[in-house]
Amino acid sequence: MFQIRIHGRGGQGVVSGAEMMSVAAFIEGRHAQAFPSFGSERMGAPVMAFCRIDDKEIRLREPVLEPDALIIQDPTLLHQVDLFKGLRSTGYVLINSARGFDELGLNEFALGFRPSHLFTIAATELALKHVGRPVPNVPLLAGFAAITRQVALDSVLAAIREKFPAPIAEKNVAAAKEAFALATRPEISHA
Amino acid sequence: MLKQTEGSHAVAEGIALCRPEVICAYPITPQTHIVEGLGEMVKTGELANCEFVNVESEFAAMSVAIGASAAGARTYTATASQGLLFMAEAVYNASGLGLPIVMTIGNRAIGAPINIWNDHSDSMSMRDAGWIQLYAETNQEALDLHIQAFRLAEELSCPVMVCVDGFILTHAYDRVDVPSQEEVDRYLPPFQPRQVLDPSHPVSIGAMVGPEAFTEVRYLAHHKQLRALALIPQLSEQFRTQFGRASGGLLRTYRTEDADTIVVALGSVNGTIQDVVDEMRTEGNFIGSVSICSFRPFPLVALREAIKHAKRVVVLEKSFAVGLGGILSDGVRNSLSGVVLNGYTVIAGLGGRAITRTSLRQLFEDAARDELEQVTFLDLNADLVAHELAREAQARTTGPTAEALLRRLGIVASQIT
Repeated sequence: MFQIRIHGRGGQGVVSGAEMMSVAAFIEGRHAQAFPSFGSERMGAPVMAFCRIDDKEIRLREPVLEPDALIIQDPTLLHQVDLFKGLRSTGYVLINSARGFDELGLNEFALGFRPSHLFTIAATELALKHVGRPVPNVPLLAGFAAITRQVALDSVLAAIREKFPAPIAEKNVAAAKEAFALATRPEISHA
Repeated sequence: MLKQTEGSHAVAEGIALCRPEVICAYPITPQTHIVEGLGEMVKTGELANCEFVNVESEFAAMSVAIGASAAGARTYTATASQGLLFMAEAVYNASGLGLPIVMTIGNRAIGAPINIWNDHSDSMSMRDAGWIQLYAETNQEALDLHIQAFRLAEELSCPVMVCVDGFILTHAYDRVDVPSQEEVDRYLPPFQPRQVLDPSHPVSIGAMVGPEAFTEVRYLAHHKQLRALALIPQLSEQFRTQFGRASGGLLRTYRTEDADTIVVALGSVNGTIQDVVDEMRTEGNFIGSVSICSFRPFPLVALREAIKHAKRVVVLEKSFAVGLGGILSDGVRNSLSGVVLNGYTVIAGLGGRAITRTSLRQLFEDAARDELEQVTFLDLNADLVAHELAREAQARTTGPTAEALLRRLGIVASQIT
């Protein structure tokens, strides 16, 4: 079982990101479970969502406490919330930022992990460029697919097309493709 | 058709396939997505021959449901938490009149303190209202139970609540097999009411009944539920034959045959329990679990057969009888009259507190050594409680409790564990 925890703020598409991830895994014939950790939801409040992917039925209903991958949609949470709690040493971390791990003050943290598992991507900028709205979930989902290989890009694109009506879907598809390409080329990795 | 979809959406699709004629509901978290989904289907015409009535309150929702059902319409509503409390009087009327309404409960805690998260306090508050209560373990079962619920309700002329864990199921995206209209039509015939308000054959429904017959009316309601004990497994079996999957029934056992320790629970937490059972089994522990689907009628005999050979039973419940302990535990103990084994009540998951594998594992290990209290609160923050009790012992005026606890914790936003 592969477990993902997504951190962000209300309005950033954290929950729909987890849902699309589960749809992408489902399209590949795998079992997936996505669910939110709801607070009293409001724009800007810290929000979490979870996704599990497995080859057999998922019965477990606890929150993701020991993630194999973390997606951080809002870097302003980095020094406010214990985002890395329970993260496995083999885990992946994908942060929405134009800066690298050192610039984000995560040098020391990065030492405990495999460099190829740590990545930052300017997802908000990509979303603004392609979709015109600062919702970073789709580029991050594509980036996740690129660095973890848990789901294929085609499945991510299919999940996007299932989630959004056609014209908006195609803009998101473009954002996803660019994010996937960026995260697939290790020479520009910020890690 | 297999889909990856939200639990609420799966339930809405299941309801639509049952061809309801009247849906009346008032929105309340976490039920909202279900009735929003149905409202959309009515508006687009995907759900035809159905009137969606926007009402001004939950009390009105159940009142409209009663009128619609009495007029012979297949009727559906959904609510949760305070909404269910607000409709309470009409809830009793629906069952007292024997009207086969189906209602989803998106299970949520009851305030105060205000809390939107999952536990079973809401549906448990209506456990003696005369409705049949079925609890779903997964989103697939949530969908399937609604199809069975209309059949059951109409066969008995008795209302049915389908209880679905709020957020944990209602807001979870899962794999769900949505049946076709033809499949559901084959299972669920058109509604033939036992009683109907029809201007061409006038009757009155809702007579005043004095001591001369009140007990008999109540006895007949009980008799209906006893018939349901036989009917629920039959409908579940027929469902399995027609749809090719097991859903519903009175209860389901998991690795109980040779178990010394058996855990009993309702709803979605059973999945996590089964994972822990498997983990402990591989290490040679004799442990199993029972998921109770039908809480009303309570399956006394079936449960007794499932657990009587064990050395101990751990009843894990997301509800709480303040001043006593467990609610589910009461039923479990009733089923064990004459059987000697150790019984433990564990109150868990109140107001959305996560029930984790780690905590369950520790709990079951303590139980297996018979080192549990009669009533245990899983993951209770004993320091926090002790601090508040000490504070209250020191002064007469200590202010509101909930606020004091939050201040002590330094909580500004709710957390998952």
